[in-house]
Amino acid sequence: MSIDKFTTFESSAVPLPIENVDTDQIIPARFLKAVERKGFGDNLFRDWRYTEGNTPNTEFVMNKSEYSGSILVGGKNFGSGSSREHAAWAIYDAGFKVVVSSFFADIFKGNALNNGLLPIQVSAEYLEEIFSTIETNKKASFTVNIEKQLFINNTTGNSINFDINPYKKTCLINGYDDIDYLVEMKDEIEAFENK
Amino acid sequence: MSAKTLFDKVWDAHTVKEVEGGPNVLYIDRHFIHEVTSPVAFLGLKTRGLKVARPDQTSATHDHNVPTTNQHLSIVDELSKHQVETLEANCKEHNIVHHNLGSEGHGVVHIIGPEQGLTQPGMTIVCGDSHTSTHGAFGAVAFGIGTSEVEMVLASQCIMQPKPKKMRITVNGEIKSGVTAKDIALYIIAKLTTSGGTGHFIEYAGTAFTNLSMEGRMTVCNLSIESGARGGLIAPDDVTFEYVKGRQFAPKGAEWDKALAHWKTLKTDEGAVFDTEYTFDAADIEPMITYGTNPGMGIKISESIPTSDGLVGNDKISFQNSLKYMGFKEGEKIAGKPVDYVFLGSCTNGRIEDFREFTNYVKGKKKADNIVAWLVPRSVAVEKQIREEGLVKILETAGFELRQPGCSACLAMNPDKVPAGKYSVSTTNRNFEGRQGPKARTLLASPLVAAACAITGVVSLP
Ligand code: SF4
Repeated sequence: MSIDKFTTFESSAVPLPIENVDTDQIIPARFLKAVERKGFGDNLFRDWRYTEGNTPNTEFVMNKSEYSGSILVGGKNFGSGSSREHAAWAIYDAGFKVVVSSFFADIFKGNALNNGLLPIQVSAEYLEEIFSTIETNKKASFTVNIEKQLFINNTTGNSINFDINPYKKTCLINGYDDIDYLVEMKDEIEAFENK
Repeated sequence: MSAKTLFDKVWDAHTVKEVEGGPNVLYIDRHFIHEVTSPVAFLGLKTRGLKVARPDQTSATHDHNVPTTNQHLSIVDELSKHQVETLEANCKEHNIVHHNLGSEGHGVVHIIGPEQGLTQPGMTIVCGDSHTSTHGAFGAVAFGIGTSEVEMVLASQCIMQPKPKKMRITVNGEIKSGVTAKDIALYIIAKLTTSGGTGHFIEYAGTAFTNLSMEGRMTVCNLSIESGARGGLIAPDDVTFEYVKGRQFAPKGAEWDKALAHWKTLKTDEGAVFDTEYTFDAADIEPMITYGTNPGMGIKISESIPTSDGLVGNDKISFQNSLKYMGFKEGEKIAGKPVDYVFLGSCTNGRIEDFREFTNYVKGKKKADNIVAWLVPRSVAVEKQIREEGLVKILETAGFELRQPGCSACLAMNPDKVPAGKYSVSTTNRNFEGRQGPKARTLLASPLVAAACAITGVVSLP
């Protein structure tokens, strides 16, 4: 099993200018009862996306047809809270390949990368620019170039270099995961145990 | 050799390999698993045709989904039941010790390790749950991992992680009466905010921590994650050794002497450098409570809810939305606010000490009529102790009843859900929107504060 290969792409973006979006908002605990990795995207942001009567909340950005794309742009400190990988699965399953924020919680970041979802950290000013670009033109396009580690706002032409660990970058581009790597290290691990 | 921090000592001793331009391959001594974050990992193993590498270093329990009454009956919720049964089947297939409901070793996943002596100083410990940081109280490097990482540990007993930065938080001085480990932790999180610890592993130092029991230290380390840190730890000392000694899986005889000699070396060397340092004065800490929708939004009960003055842009909007969700106004007093539910429990505050404190406070008093109280021990062992110490009688006389162990209203995956709009004073660790049930409003506090609120029916100082 491996992750999908990550390639350079261009897309519009879905804005969620809320800070401290925690994992309980991304996927509430009551939807964690599955024993397979299926259907989590349907419950992404469940309590924001649906009203108490279970009808779509027309105020929520994912229910507005003007917004689309495989880039989710969130406010500062995205993904705080629990270690539930279901949060990353839900976002990926709902069709996002990239989450942009000015700050990510650690475990979320690791979980995202392990599932081929790329967290891109940008400066607070750059994040504001993205939000205002989308506000002006809901279909504004952005480019994510993984090879060059570049995120480009195609409206303003402003780009930003993002950080990614070189090992993780290779994994994403080639669709490898850590388990493949660790299983191959079996002898080394056993030697360590016997030290 | 250069001076090392306690964290460095444990981490470095477990580093199998440093991947070039990448994370460390870290060897894991103990792996705890539960029903929610493990099934997909076991499925992954199956797909790859792999077996569990070290079943003897793995322990399982189900806690998140379980009801807290009538545990001898079958679980009613079909999905919960299926998840619990899936864990049982996976453990059976892979020869993993599994602690069933009601059995001696059952409890919230982070608690069974310390209780059984599986958690020891200097170990690396992981679990697919962020509050794994609890074990840091023993001077272990312990942290929560995602399901992909659970699969890594099952498959290889290792994970791949970049080495975090190091932070030291020093709190010295006498703590005031009525101030508990929970208040110290909430105070620190309020100072650091929920993202202040991100990227770091925290070492807690100073008399405010060394004076705590192991139970108190576990509460502090448990809450490390709420400041965004990967985990937190406290150097082991005589209090630690005394706690571990004699437990089921603790080293015995000559093994004990050898282990003890090693454990005594587990402290930060003089002159070791931390990436970030904070120092607080214990005398400034008072009983705390949260007023917002993340654990960093905490204040002293004697204080008023802050205003949004000085905040701009999204900071201001987020703050205002948070108060709107809670139904509070800027600048209001928090004391005297109405309370509907009181929850004593969770891996943070479902300890025997918490039940003693709570019981001692409510002894001879009566629960307020408007309060629904859920008292949930964090393990079968704690439940047993509560009964043996005769606390149940006192609690019942005061109008409270004791429930059975599990995570319960801490994350409301079981039937214990706080209804929409209701206020819950909770001894847990997260006050996120909907954490205790859709639209439920959570105020985090210590067991002592929870007891005071349960008696008066409003937010009160103990
Ligand atoms: S008690 Fe709460 S925080 Fe602790 S493991 Fe259970 S759900 Fe998580």
